[in-house]
Amino acid sequence: MAQTKTAKEPFVHVIRKEDTPMLKKWLIRIFAVVAALIVTGVLVFAVTGINPFKIYSSMITGSFGTPRRIRNTIKLMTPLLCLGIGLAPAFKMKFWNIGAQGQMLVGALAASFVALTFRHLPGGLLIPLMGLAGLLAGAIWGVIPAIFRAFWNTNETLFTLMMNYIATFAVMYSVDKWKGESSGFASFKQIAKNAVMPAVLNENFYICTAIVLLLVCLMYIYMKRTKHGYEIAVVGESEKTAVYAGINVKAVMIRTILLSGAVCGLCGFLTVSGIDFTLSSTMNNGFGFTAIVVAWLAKFNPFTMIGTSFMMVFFQNAASEISSMNANATEYLSYVISGIILFFLIGSEFFINYRLVFRKNHEKEGK
Amino acid sequence: MKRITALILAAVMIVLGAGLTACGNKNTDFKVGVILVGDATEGYTKAHIDGIQAAAKKLGLSDSQIEWKYSVPETSDCANAAEDLVDKGCKIVISNSYGHQNYMAEVAPKYKDVTFVAMTGDFAAISGIPNLCNAFTKVYESRYVSGVVAGLKLKELVDAGTVSKTATPNAFDANGNIKIGYVGAYPYAEVVSGYTAFFLGIRSVVSNVSMSVQYTKSWFNYEDEKSVANALIDAGCVIIGQHADSTGAPTACEDAAKNGKVVFSVGYNVDMLPAAPKAALTSATNNWEVYYEHAIKTVMEGKTLEQDWAQGYESGSVAITKLGTSAAAGTQAKVDEVVNGIKNGSVHVFDLNTFTVNGAKISTNMVDFSYLDFSGEAPRVVYQGQTLETVKNGYIEESVIRSAPYFSVRIDGITELN
Repeated sequence: MAQTKTAKEPFVHVIRKEDTPMLKKWLIRIFAVVAALIVTGVLVFAVTGINPFKIYSSMITGSFGTPRRIRNTIKLMTPLLCLGIGLAPAFKMKFWNIGAQGQMLVGALAASFVALTFRHLPGGLLIPLMGLAGLLAGAIWGVIPAIFRAFWNTNETLFTLMMNYIATFAVMYSVDKWKGESSGFASFKQIAKNAVMPAVLNENFYICTAIVLLLVCLMYIYMKRTKHGYEIAVVGESEKTAVYAGINVKAVMIRTILLSGAVCGLCGFLTVSGIDFTLSSTMNNGFGFTAIVVAWLAKFNPFTMIGTSFMMVFFQNAASEISSMNANATEYLSYVISGIILFFLIGSEFFINYRLVFRKNHEKEGK
Repeated sequence: MKRITALILAAVMIVLGAGLTACGNKNTDFKVGVILVGDATEGYTKAHIDGIQAAAKKLGLSDSQIEWKYSVPETSDCANAAEDLVDKGCKIVISNSYGHQNYMAEVAPKYKDVTFVAMTGDFAAISGIPNLCNAFTKVYESRYVSGVVAGLKLKELVDAGTVSKTATPNAFDANGNIKIGYVGAYPYAEVVSGYTAFFLGIRSVVSNVSMSVQYTKSWFNYEDEKSVANALIDAGCVIIGQHADSTGAPTACEDAAKNGKVVFSVGYNVDMLPAAPKAALTSATNNWEVYYEHAIKTVMEGKTLEQDWAQGYESGSVAITKLGTSAAAGTQAKVDEVVNGIKNGSVHVFDLNTFTVNGAKISTNMVDFSYLDFSGEAPRVVYQGQTLETVKNGYIEESVIRSAPYFSVRIDGITELN
């Protein structure tokens, strides 16, 4: 900014807003949702001719239409929330872990490997062993980019992103190998029954949901109430400050990403054992990336993530419900709809954090 | 501020209200649920959509009586989709991809009054789940016929001298056989059965042929199929057959033909003429309408659907697509003759007199129909099936004991490249 000449004040400029009142924040968000609904309604009507109100109603029935759908909503939220929880400490530290997908996949791969290798062990032993394998695999997968970042300052965004592809293909390779001459990989319910999470109230995933909710509480305490959590926040605010305060930044970084990767790896295990009952490179539909949005929208607060992960699943259900309404409403349209809704939601955060100031007179800006 | 709040609240109420009223009207009519691995943009799924729509029209079902789930991956999403369709009141739920079968098997026992059809699946009849069904067509019959079409073209080329040891030396292997290429998806019985039928169809017309099969390890991959076809064309293959879903191979043939190469394509599932007007001879295809009409009608009438169904030319369940302009003169007459032969039992595709294995004719072919798991040290049985003789009256029966193909004999004259 040294050679700024006589600065002409722009027509509009952006000022950071502090302390927007809670009510106003939520009003802005609700307004964004309503606006998004109107835009998507008009768009879907234009493309498919479906009555927009029918679309809105199917959005709601998509998640709540029947008791089974409510259960399904919880089932989808479980891994997404788990991944969001995993990303929270990394993002809080401003370590851009884009590798949740890969960490989840290697966790699932390791858990599946254990399940197939030790399938004769009793479930009470096998399932915790699978969980441990998932945790470790995820942690290792996460910590590799963290070590490179800590010691050689490599770009963790690219590194973690690339690790996803390796994980995806490792899973594809393993599935191909394990399925052998049959043309599909069988379900653990058929081939490794002991590896399947026991059913509570007829659903295998309820235990997974309970584990994830426990993680929510633990992660909240870890981030808000412990020294580790405080160190993460300081490193995130400014690495230099952290160094000045005597924090070992490298150690904090590696420790935090070990934790982050482990939780994502655990998600892979939970999916394999309690949700999918099989290994697949397409498991959880790219939730490793959706979880980034979940974590951000919640400002890395684990409890808020329950809400944001619900929201993402709600819109996903809505989109798939719309896409089954008529022949013109394909899944691609549902992606467009989710995209528009997300755009409005994320866009609304701008109006929460910033204020637009329009030029009133020709006063010079005192910068 | 208050006014804005009120307005927003009102808007939300309207949306919610509309949502709740719409929940109330439930259609109690007979409904068909369909789970598709792709959508109408992809040949394999489109053939199923067309079949179901045609069947529904014949049975007088309206559009609203069919619930579609597009692009459902072979994960627990399939189980969710199936249960969702049951929720919507579907009495028959159909899935169109092999990998859906496991999830259909998971859901079926929970809803005993609903019929679940896992198309192309292979374990319904031995699974002990009475409301789980499989179906397949005898597509090897139409592959054989498409081979005859290719054979007639090859004969025309040889007779005209277009293909000869002097004009196209690269088109002959060391034993003087004319080279044929095949783009296969996976080394499974379904593919082996298909390419063997195709090869035997060609060889019923031209005796000195050999075929190379290269697998892409994917059911649908345009780029891979195209590059594999190009490699086969470069190796001298005159005919390129395929068991993969894209237009990759026909496009490669068309490009090569435009550059003066002598090469023709036989496709699968859909008419390849739009992609390769010059190179495409025909495609082997399924006519799913026949089965879908039967299955939906059976369930509509409250009867029990058989757990395993396979038919071919006898009911019009398989066919070849319109012949291309490049097809040899007189092809249609020969095709009609062969089809009639298949129908009346005078032609058997896997006739033991037409092929050898390791230089000798075979007289027996036992097949274990168990559903196996290969993920451990040794294959283990998931669902126990019988081990049965598939040879009958001098030929190997295919898709009779089980609808999903089980012919996987590697015969002389065909080489798997990978």
